[in-house]
Amino acid sequence: MPLRLEARAEPSRAMVFAAPVIAIAATLCLGGILFAALGFDPFTALAAFFIEPVSTVYGLSELLLKATPLALIGVGLALGFRGNVWNIGAEGQLIIGAVAGGGMALALYDVSGLWVMPCVLAAGVAGGAAYAAVPALLRTRFHANEILTSLMLNYVATLFLGWLVHGPWRSPEGYNFPESRMFTDSALLPLLVEGTRLHVGVLFAPLAAFATWVIVSRSFLGFQIKVIGMTPAAGSFAGFGPRRVIWFTLMFGGGLAGLAGAMEVAGPIGQLVPIVSPGYGYTAIIAAFLGRLHPFGILLSSLLLALIYLGGDAAQIALAVPFAVTQVFQGMVLFFLLAADVLIRYRVRFDAPRSVAS
Amino acid sequence: MMMMTRRAGLAAVLALGLGAAGSALAAEPLKVGFVYVGPIGDYGYSHQHNEGRLAVEKRFVGKVKTTYVENVPEGADAERVIRQLAQTGHALIFTTSFGFMNPTAKVARQFPKVKFEHATGYLRGPNLATYMARFYEGRYASGVAAGRLTKSNKLGYIASFPIPEVVRGANAFTLGARSVNPKAEVRVVWVNSWYDPGKEREAAEALIAQGVDVIAQHTDSAAPVQAADEKGVWAIGQASDMSRFGPRSHLTAIVDDWSGYYIARVQAVLDGAWTSTDTWRGFDAGMVRLAPFNPAVPAAVKAEALKVEDEIKSHKLHPFTGPIKDQSGKERVAPGKVMADADLLRMNWFVQGVIGDMPK
Repeated sequence: MPLRLEARAEPSRAMVFAAPVIAIAATLCLGGILFAALGFDPFTALAAFFIEPVSTVYGLSELLLKATPLALIGVGLALGFRGNVWNIGAEGQLIIGAVAGGGMALALYDVSGLWVMPCVLAAGVAGGAAYAAVPALLRTRFHANEILTSLMLNYVATLFLGWLVHGPWRSPEGYNFPESRMFTDSALLPLLVEGTRLHVGVLFAPLAAFATWVIVSRSFLGFQIKVIGMTPAAGSFAGFGPRRVIWFTLMFGGGLAGLAGAMEVAGPIGQLVPIVSPGYGYTAIIAAFLGRLHPFGILLSSLLLALIYLGGDAAQIALAVPFAVTQVFQGMVLFFLLAADVLIRYRVRFDAPRSVAS
Repeated sequence: MMMMTRRAGLAAVLALGLGAAGSALAAEPLKVGFVYVGPIGDYGYSHQHNEGRLAVEKRFVGKVKTTYVENVPEGADAERVIRQLAQTGHALIFTTSFGFMNPTAKVARQFPKVKFEHATGYLRGPNLATYMARFYEGRYASGVAAGRLTKSNKLGYIASFPIPEVVRGANAFTLGARSVNPKAEVRVVWVNSWYDPGKEREAAEALIAQGVDVIAQHTDSAAPVQAADEKGVWAIGQASDMSRFGPRSHLTAIVDDWSGYYIARVQAVLDGAWTSTDTWRGFDAGMVRLAPFNPAVPAAVKAEALKVEDEIKSHKLHPFTGPIKDQSGKERVAPGKVMADADLLRMNWFVQGVIGDMPK
């Protein structure tokens, strides 16, 4: 029976929601086959990967903890992606946010008070936004492609953080090892659930998603972003250029990435170390697209990606599944999602080709 | 005060749970966990720790079950992984990278019945031991061979991060080379990574272009050995015997061997004799050794390096014996004096003969 794709007259609304589900189902099926091929019982392995990590309160708290930076960054990036602003520099903005927040925590090392932690977070937001302002300036002033400039700045940020913790900010008690002092309790985010690492910062993710949703669907600025994203020329005809959109989306995304960075160091890490992120800034790009650039979709996709990370570790411990499987799963989800997207604009036909088609 | 009681309560609950698990231990094998920062296939640092784990499995068949988690990023994730191992009944957990120190210490406080061992750090506790190898002994002995073999008197050193461990290694290599060849100089290149084959290769090529004819490395990939092989200069492998990557270039390698230590520590737990210790041993305990020398190395050079190895092993020779001058020519260690371990542990200056700066 020949299989054929037929263009839909209208993009299917149902498929917009169904495609991620199909993608995840396909990932699970192929994942099960993969596990079977590796010699594991597929059901046990999938359960170890996707169910056991979140079967306890502690596991759930870790899931939220892991998803928070992905969601914050993803939501911010998506706003830019909608407006054709391709910020690939969230990793660097996260690191500079961590540096700024961590610097504030170290500067206020001898101070205690309820206002210290908000200062740390505010510094993180400011740091991330300021770092994103660089590609914004280069793009609006010199027409330098922000994909390249923002990406390159990631490496600069990593080296800058390395220099700080190897040099001026190195802990005096740390035997010359590259790490700052541990932050004081005043600088750390209070825990939301005692006995876990889940801190109050997790609440920023839904807040940011909601704020972004308001911007996208209820503000004139959101309308401008959409118009410029679809047809840049139409924007200029309508009297608004891309400059404002570039500046706003980069600063907004940078600020949220910076917040995520500050929350990592003032949360689970508790000090500045050479590596503060396992690549959240890059994974968040996947989260943004997996969530269809919709703020609430990104909350869900961040949870899914976080689960894949957690599941990878858990399956290694429970069943000695190799680490590479985690990366294969991430790749499969993205691949199937992009593949399933075809179904939004096309429908699958099983009948013989009709001559009237097209 | 409230916090204190709650913490204590949590500890009590955990202890109870673990106590219950402990009673079943007679039948159940002892579970031992390992946390690696890199992939076990790196043929470098993590690979050697994994070899140690496999030696434990082989030694205690049926009595011990091991688990490992590879590629664990240093950062927020480590604590979750370590905690999960503790929670799933692992009675002894080795965390093998410096960046796991604070997370290990945190989890160790929450699981007082579980024994933790952290490699290369300095935080200890009643249930948290530390261990490390005196790799610098191997670097000194390999430096002796390098000092003899160089024709240009230019040696290269591919360094990862400017932490005391790496600085100490470069210094020991330099001191070893200059003990037999005072004209030898060591050029240090920082690649700011533990494992980055691309950058390591570039660094090796840059050094060779400057006339370097023996390359040592404190990074984990075999790329420098391969680059040296192509250009026809010597290279000293890191962590494991890398001769398969450079049959012509591979002079020797500084091999990390954790098997003996891991077996001893697991045995101690099985015997109920485990205590929190601070271990820093080298050639004498077999934690460090030199890989077989390349057949092309002249017998006299090989014999001299092996003699140095023997002397270090029998504590007749300490690589950091004065006089030792720093790069500015200032005497740091008086003639005949041996540097104290505490000073070795925080070493952040280069000895005379090192060309290159500490990134500041």
